Amino acid sequence: MIPIAYPLVLAVILFCMGIVGFLLRKNAIVIFMCLELMFNAANLVFITFANHYQVIDGQVFVVFVMTVAAAEVAVGLALMVTIFRTKQSIDIDQMNSLKG
Amino acid sequence: MNIGLNPLLLVTFFPLVGALVVLLLKPKWKTALRWTALVTSLITFGLSIWMLTRFNDIDPEIQFELNLPWITLGNNQIGFHLGIDGISILMVLLTTFLMPLAILSTWKAVEERIKGFMAFFLLLEVGMLGVFLSLDMVLFYVFWEFTLIPMYFLIGLWGGERRVYAAVKFFLYTMAGSVLMLAGILWIGLQYGSFDLTQLSGSGLIPAAAQLWLFGAFGLAFAIKVPMFPLHSWLPDAHTEAPTAGSVILAGILLKMGAYGFLRFNLPLFPNATVTLAPWMAGLAVIGILYGAAVAYLQKDVKRLVAYSSISHLGFVVLGIFALNLQGLQGAILQMVNHGLSTGALFLIVGMLYERRHTRLLENFGGLWKVVPVLGTLALITTLSSVGLPGLNGFVSEFTILLGAFSSTVIGSPWFAGVATLGVILAAVYLLFMFQKLFLGPVTHEENKKLKDVSAREILILTPILIFAFWIGIYPKPFFMLMAPAVEKLTALVQSAALLAH
Amino acid sequence: METVQFFNLVPWVVFLPLIGLTVNLLVGRKLGEIFAGSFASLATGLAFVVSILLAVSLSSHPEAVTIPLGDWITIGTLTVRWAFRVDTLSVVMMLVVSGVGTLIHIYSIGYMHNDVRHNGDTGRYARFFIFLNLFIAAMMILVSADNFLMMFVGWEGVGLCSYLLIGFWFEKGKNGTGNAEAAKKAFITNRIGDFGLLIAMFLIFVNFGTFQFDEVFKQAGQVAAVKPGVMLLITLFMLLGVTGKSAQLPLYVWLPDAMAGPTPVSALIHAATMVTAGVYLVARSSIFYALVPTAQTVVMWVGAATALFAATIALGQYDIKKVLAYSTISQLGFMVAAVGMGATVAGMFHLVTHAFFKGLLFLAAGSVIQGVERGMHHANHASHDFDPQDMRQMGGLRKQTPLTFRVYLIGALALSGIAPLAGFFSKDEILVSAWQTQPAIFIVLVLAAFLTAFYMGRQLTMVFFGEPRTEAAEKASESPLVVTLPLMILALLSVLGGVLNLPGVHTLETWLSHTLGEGEPGHFVWVVAGISLVLALIGLGLAWMIYSRKTDKAYVDPLKRALGSLFTGMENKWWVDELYAAIILNPYRAFAQFMADPVDLGVIDRIGGGLAAGTRALAESIRKLQNGYIRSYALLMLLGLAAIMTYLFLR
Repeated sequence: MIPIAYPLVLAVILFCMGIVGFLLRKNAIVIFMCLELMFNAANLVFITFANHYQVIDGQVFVVFVMTVAAAEVAVGLALMVTIFRTKQSIDIDQMNSLKG
Repeated sequence: MNIGLNPLLLVTFFPLVGALVVLLLKPKWKTALRWTALVTSLITFGLSIWMLTRFNDIDPEIQFELNLPWITLGNNQIGFHLGIDGISILMVLLTTFLMPLAILSTWKAVEERIKGFMAFFLLLEVGMLGVFLSLDMVLFYVFWEFTLIPMYFLIGLWGGERRVYAAVKFFLYTMAGSVLMLAGILWIGLQYGSFDLTQLSGSGLIPAAAQLWLFGAFGLAFAIKVPMFPLHSWLPDAHTEAPTAGSVILAGILLKMGAYGFLRFNLPLFPNATVTLAPWMAGLAVIGILYGAAVAYLQKDVKRLVAYSSISHLGFVVLGIFALNLQGLQGAILQMVNHGLSTGALFLIVGMLYERRHTRLLENFGGLWKVVPVLGTLALITTLSSVGLPGLNGFVSEFTILLGAFSSTVIGSPWFAGVATLGVILAAVYLLFMFQKLFLGPVTHEENKKLKDVSAREILILTPILIFAFWIGIYPKPFFMLMAPAVEKLTALVQSAALLAH
Repeated sequence: METVQFFNLVPWVVFLPLIGLTVNLLVGRKLGEIFAGSFASLATGLAFVVSILLAVSLSSHPEAVTIPLGDWITIGTLTVRWAFRVDTLSVVMMLVVSGVGTLIHIYSIGYMHNDVRHNGDTGRYARFFIFLNLFIAAMMILVSADNFLMMFVGWEGVGLCSYLLIGFWFEKGKNGTGNAEAAKKAFITNRIGDFGLLIAMFLIFVNFGTFQFDEVFKQAGQVAAVKPGVMLLITLFMLLGVTGKSAQLPLYVWLPDAMAGPTPVSALIHAATMVTAGVYLVARSSIFYALVPTAQTVVMWVGAATALFAATIALGQYDIKKVLAYSTISQLGFMVAAVGMGATVAGMFHLVTHAFFKGLLFLAAGSVIQGVERGMHHANHASHDFDPQDMRQMGGLRKQTPLTFRVYLIGALALSGIAPLAGFFSKDEILVSAWQTQPAIFIVLVLAAFLTAFYMGRQLTMVFFGEPRTEAAEKASESPLVVTLPLMILALLSVLGGVLNLPGVHTLETWLSHTLGEGEPGHFVWVVAGISLVLALIGLGLAWMIYSRKTDKAYVDPLKRALGSLFTGMENKWWVDELYAAIILNPYRAFAQFMADPVDLGVIDRIGGGLAAGTRALAESIRKLQNGYIRSYALLMLLGLAAIMTYLFLR
């Protein structure tokens, strides 16, 4: 058995990469990928603890998260395509029409 | 008890039937829409008269009581609780009496979107009657808020130039007050386990310290509605921008809801606070009387002038209520009726002038008595009834209020009434100024020389009001008799509760 | 001895005029002038008949009788009835009101026929009689009421009629609004007085528990003993009401302006009846005043001061009706002074005779005015600035209007107090009681009486003697019989009025003693009679000497040279109107303006508006946070999450 700390540290690293990428990158596709990183970091934590405590709930949740993420990507990518059609760009900084 | 034949239920919800019929008619059937609304309001009036004939006027208790379980909230029952007594019956009659007249006044004035107008108007009647008849605080609150919506649209859609501003102002002011009232209602309900007025009135459940806060929460809502100085600034705008019929109902009935609220809630629920705060309320009332009269004097717009006069007249109502003796309270209730009649009629007359000249500025009139003598005479009588000339209705109520306030032990000083009596002089100043600007002097505008005198329909609108003006002025006994037992009971309740606390 | 009692007829003194007005309201305009005028006169005449029947009944049964009609206001302990009180005092008033009223109604049939044509609206003929009948009804309510509150109904009712009749030609007058302004001024000034009366009534109710005359007066002595301060307040506030209605200092200013009404109105309302209501009120409440000597002093000084003050103004007026108006104020001052001194009967006596001769003078002045107007039409005076009431435009009218001249002369002599006309006896009685009790008042009143004779002499000379100063005066003509007949009757009454209370006989004294209590009948003091008669003759003679000399076109009053700036003061009514405008009207107007604009719109309206603006400003600043950049939202989320986590860890 590997110590529980290893996967958790990995999850933290992945999550932080996701956050930093989300905050710093401009390209919407990359931001999406960073989101996926965070999801998967969370998934990794779920799996780790599911294994650690020998309960199935965590694994069930992971499946849920993956499904939702997939659905979200489908919607998100569709939005990206539409935005690209009108703005000729997917630079996230150009999309601020909803400001107050 | 046979619910279907309860007069209160019939009176309150019959206008709803009319409103549904109006909704089924096509918008272009203008005549049919008007007649439907008129006939509905007349039948409602008839029903209220039928109720009056069955009303026992020596019984101080609630009559025709109807109490159905409505909502259960935890351990608390919110009931659909209706009932009537000597205080509310006059308000109900005033409502059903003014409604047909107001509808009749729209015959020529409202040409667009009649369907919506009539539907809202009838819904408004449901709301107002509900307010006067509810005996459950939550039900009261529901009706109270319900009146806002039709009135908001009546002002906002059929009003004058600044109608949207006025409608929003009206809505927000009233809302601001009633939110606090809702908080008060919920607090009482949760704290003392009942929303039922008949259980809470004079029960002595609410401790004196809490009464002060609750008096404030309820009182603010009612004071805005009355309106008392300095919470009145929604009124001139709402009155000025509302269509004639809207102004009539607004002045005639909606304002009375505030004063009625004081009578129905603040006095019996918070008697100690009432007694403690009475001098302050009386002080505000006196300021309102003089302030409204002073501000009315130099208004350029007739409707604004009449609106400020309402502030002055309702100051008398509040003064009478907080005199907390028989003369003051009965005078105040009669003054509510009288103000509804006199000011309602004044608004109707202003509306008639507006229909002819499409202006409300005083400077555009003058000398009209020569051109339209009959309208001039009717306007003169109306003005005098508002001035409080003895022999007409206004005097009886103003005199009894001042007499009550003068001798009131609760207010504690005759100075309040003494200063308020100055309002009698000031009322003559601004109302005669108005009458002179409209009807006396030479005809200065070419357009005014060919105005038509009143039509048969317009005489039909004003005559019933003037008949009542004379009746109340000369023989007010039936009106006082109707309210006397309930008022006696209320005064006894407030005084004994206040005595217990001391 | 069983005689028929007519007391139950008393409601008809109110109902008859009401019937008259209702009929005229419905059909008066259609049936024409003759019908409207005579029907209204008939209604008032019948009221006079009823009053006579009441007087007859009282002569055999002199105690007060109360005839209830119905309940009015009943709340708790407050009970007010519609009830009529027939006693010797109220019947005297009823007789005066309906008697003089009937004559003036008849006069108006002819006068208004010309007046509506002169002013160009014949449609208003019937309206005039409606208002007149309404006035009689209200005045009857005032004098026949059985309690203070019902009296107040009449009190304000006559005020309303005064308002309507002053503003009868509401589109005429200075700048077209002069008459309407005068009407409004009268009503509002009266309301100031009514304010006082209302406060007095509140005090009465609080301390006596009722408004009913008998019960109030029964307790008066008791209350006065326990609460003298309250009694003083009641009487002084009541006096405020009196000064308003009876045009005393300081509220007299409305009466001269009230001359804007048609002349019969000036005669009926503003000379003979309504303005005496204040005197009636003090007489009715004489029990109160007798208990409060301070109030009595105030009342008599107000009366005496008014008598002298108004007489000086009358000296400098050129308008024939204005002179009479100030004279009325002055004479009312005599009456108020009399009732203030406790000489109630003398005051009432003067009230009655004054109703005769002042009514006569006004009606005769109306006849003069219409005579000049006719002359004006003959002479084709096109100019609008010709004023048919200006005495400077008259002169020599004794030839053109001989009958009017004769009755005017009688009225003027009666007013001046020449024996044996009515005014001599009544004024003498007032002077005697002043002589006996209040020497200072006596001097003031004698001075006022002298001035009265002087200004009446001035008026007589300016109007009737000398040569006509204008073409209109030259072509003036006498009025028809319907106008002159009432004049002759009133002239007769002015001559014989003194019989009512001749020294030594005291008919009126005995009659009124049933209501007012036994008083000491006034003696006839030869010194006083001599002084007043001599002074009156000197006054008349002096006026004749001064005014009969000049007749040039640009008329300058001879007194102006003699008195200089003093006369300018009289001419300008001592600038009292201007003073009131400066200290009351303009400040109130400025106050109302200040309240309306800076305060109401600027402050109170801004409270609500300010809350709205505050909410908006807050939203405006928070809005900046929503910049539309996803990354900044994400960062905020991160920070928020970090904050929550930190809080949870550190807790």
